[in-house]
Amino acid sequence: MPESTTKTASATRELTFAQAVNEALAEEMRRDKRVCILGEDVAEAGTPFKVLSGLVQEFGVERVIDTPISEAGFTGVGVGAAMTGMRPVVDIMFGDFLTLTMDQMVNQAAKVHYMSGGKWKVPMVLRTTLGASRRSAAQHSQSLHAWFSHVPGLKVVMPSTPWDAKGLLKSAIRDENPVVFFEDKMMYKLKGPVPAEEYTIPFGVADVKREGEDITLVATSSMVQVALEAAELLEAVGISAEVIDPRTMWPLDEKALIESAKKTSRVMVIDEGYERYGVTAEIASVIAEGAFFDLEAPVKRLGAMHVPIPFSPPLEDVTVPTGPGVFAAAKKLCGKS
Amino acid sequence: MSTVANQTGAEAPVKKEKLLEMYRRMQMIRQFEEQVNELYTRALMPGLAHLYIGEEAVAVGICEALNVDDYITSTHRGHGHCVAKGASPDRMFAELLGKEAGYCKGKGGSMHIADPATGNLGANAIVAGSAGIATGAAFSAKHAGKGQVAVCFFGEGALGQGVVYEVMNLAALWKLPVIYVCENNLYTEYTHFSETLAGDLLQRGTAFGVPSEAVDGQDVMAVNNVAKRMIARARAGEGPSFLVCNTYRYTGHHVGDINREYYRSKQEEQEWKTSRDPIKLLTKWLTEQGHASTEELSGIAQEVAAEMKAAVEFAIASPYPAIDKVAQDVYA
Ligand SMILES: Cc1ncc(C[n+]2csc(CCOP(=O)(O)OP(=O)(O)O)c2C)c(N)n1
Repeated sequence: MPESTTKTASATRELTFAQAVNEALAEEMRRDKRVCILGEDVAEAGTPFKVLSGLVQEFGVERVIDTPISEAGFTGVGVGAAMTGMRPVVDIMFGDFLTLTMDQMVNQAAKVHYMSGGKWKVPMVLRTTLGASRRSAAQHSQSLHAWFSHVPGLKVVMPSTPWDAKGLLKSAIRDENPVVFFEDKMMYKLKGPVPAEEYTIPFGVADVKREGEDITLVATSSMVQVALEAAELLEAVGISAEVIDPRTMWPLDEKALIESAKKTSRVMVIDEGYERYGVTAEIASVIAEGAFFDLEAPVKRLGAMHVPIPFSPPLEDVTVPTGPGVFAAAKKLCGKS
Repeated sequence: MSTVANQTGAEAPVKKEKLLEMYRRMQMIRQFEEQVNELYTRALMPGLAHLYIGEEAVAVGICEALNVDDYITSTHRGHGHCVAKGASPDRMFAELLGKEAGYCKGKGGSMHIADPATGNLGANAIVAGSAGIATGAAFSAKHAGKGQVAVCFFGEGALGQGVVYEVMNLAALWKLPVIYVCENNLYTEYTHFSETLAGDLLQRGTAFGVPSEAVDGQDVMAVNNVAKRMIARARAGEGPSFLVCNTYRYTGHHVGDINREYYRSKQEEQEWKTSRDPIKLLTKWLTEQGHASTEELSGIAQEVAAEMKAAVEFAIASPYPAIDKVAQDVYA
């Protein structure tokens, strides 16, 4: 089976992001009897976002398991089941509820392999969501991926297209380690090509979503769409922007990011998590260190404003990066006002 | 409703004024929620909301027994608690529309209305998220020594969360004046509670030595009677109680949950609406007992309708907060 890191495939179909996730789960569940899904309203309801529709019909309630509202409890069950031979995919409906799983993920899942001297392992996936803009207010809109990226022992995946979502989720399920997989709620209906044949995408390999010469826009998850929109606007004013998506926060493809920075000499990092102490800080620092002598300007970061996400639409809209916002900041970075 | 008459008879009689006030508050909740649904379908409300229709007797029966300086904590399905504790609909609607005039200046929305003036510590979008807060309020009430109590409202789904048991244990140990009110409306989102909760609900309280009772949550007088007893106990320094109110939500989990037949039948919904509606039951009891005439009650319903209409108009006409308010209030 090909490990596809490129965007070429013999045949593709248009799928939504949600369908791509669903297909990855279905294929891995067919392939491996140890894979099961645990979460709130994952079975008959197929989650509130309907991402898992149809899975319980094919795999039954023994493998697509509705849980009580007990995030700490069923995430812990996932950890223990993974240690003892299963391949659980734990579903945390809103990324905001990750706070309830923190001990299980950070003190247990992340540590078990190392603490046991490599004797136990935790091959589990925690799938969850991130992203604002749904008018859901401060407890249903956060992007908390930086927390997990900070912890040794965890891998963190943030796909930006249906193609990447499917290939990366299949790799996550096959990985021998705990993987936290973030899906932007606003992207579930996004359509894109997905190979007809089976494929996986390895972790730690960034993907250039658009080639350019004058500035590099490093973007994660749905911010890739925002960066692509900004790149269009930049093109109209004669600035050629490269958009690169690291795809996994850890492992991080430092080399590809540094290469792109060296090529264009200007870099902006865009992410929906908080800017302060966020993944933009880490990526900017990796680039600043690795490409220092080739940079024409300091690396610029753009993340969520440092406020809880407000409910009121006009307020919420200014808290997260937008295409025009990225365009304006990138233009300035390129010395054009 | 003979049980109600019996229970009412066993307690000090409730004054007519109070009875009519309970009727009015129940009408307010019902009509508030109908307007919310309307705002959603007319695409005037951003996001979603979780309606309390069908459960009015719980919030009203309990909050009628509270003083204005007693505390409550609420849930994602919180509009009813908020109205029952005395909030005014115009500022609630303004909040639901994200307007500056809202209770939280538009920053909270449907799931986060808070109002210190009526002792409302806030609705909460995290299931069981307020269990600690309510217990903490009881902790400070005990410290203040003024006889205040705290009521923690939550759905049966919250019984899945460990924090509920942690704080019940603390409250029992420390004899905190808190009443844990579980609104069992049978469904947690799209799943019947019997599929997610093992064992007996009441025994979750009795295991900690917390007096635990179940009540017909459609019967406002019954709810009110048991609430009074539990609140009196808390005020007397005898510690927490646990109350399970058996009730039903008439509409979807949220306003967008329209096709529900994959998890419950239309017939079941219809049965609750026709034979167990809390407002119909109270109307019947009030008229049969001679506390009020049908005309009096429909007069109240009409007054409420006018109030709701004006409140919605106020909210629609209100301005959004200025953009620079976005960074205000992050820190105290
Ligand atoms: C910690 C947490 N997990 C999951 C959710 C998603 N969610 C919102 S409401 C709900 C069901 C709550 O059921 P219940 O507590 O019985 O209250 P009801 O909606 O029936 O009033 C769920 C699972 C959440 N808000 N918080």
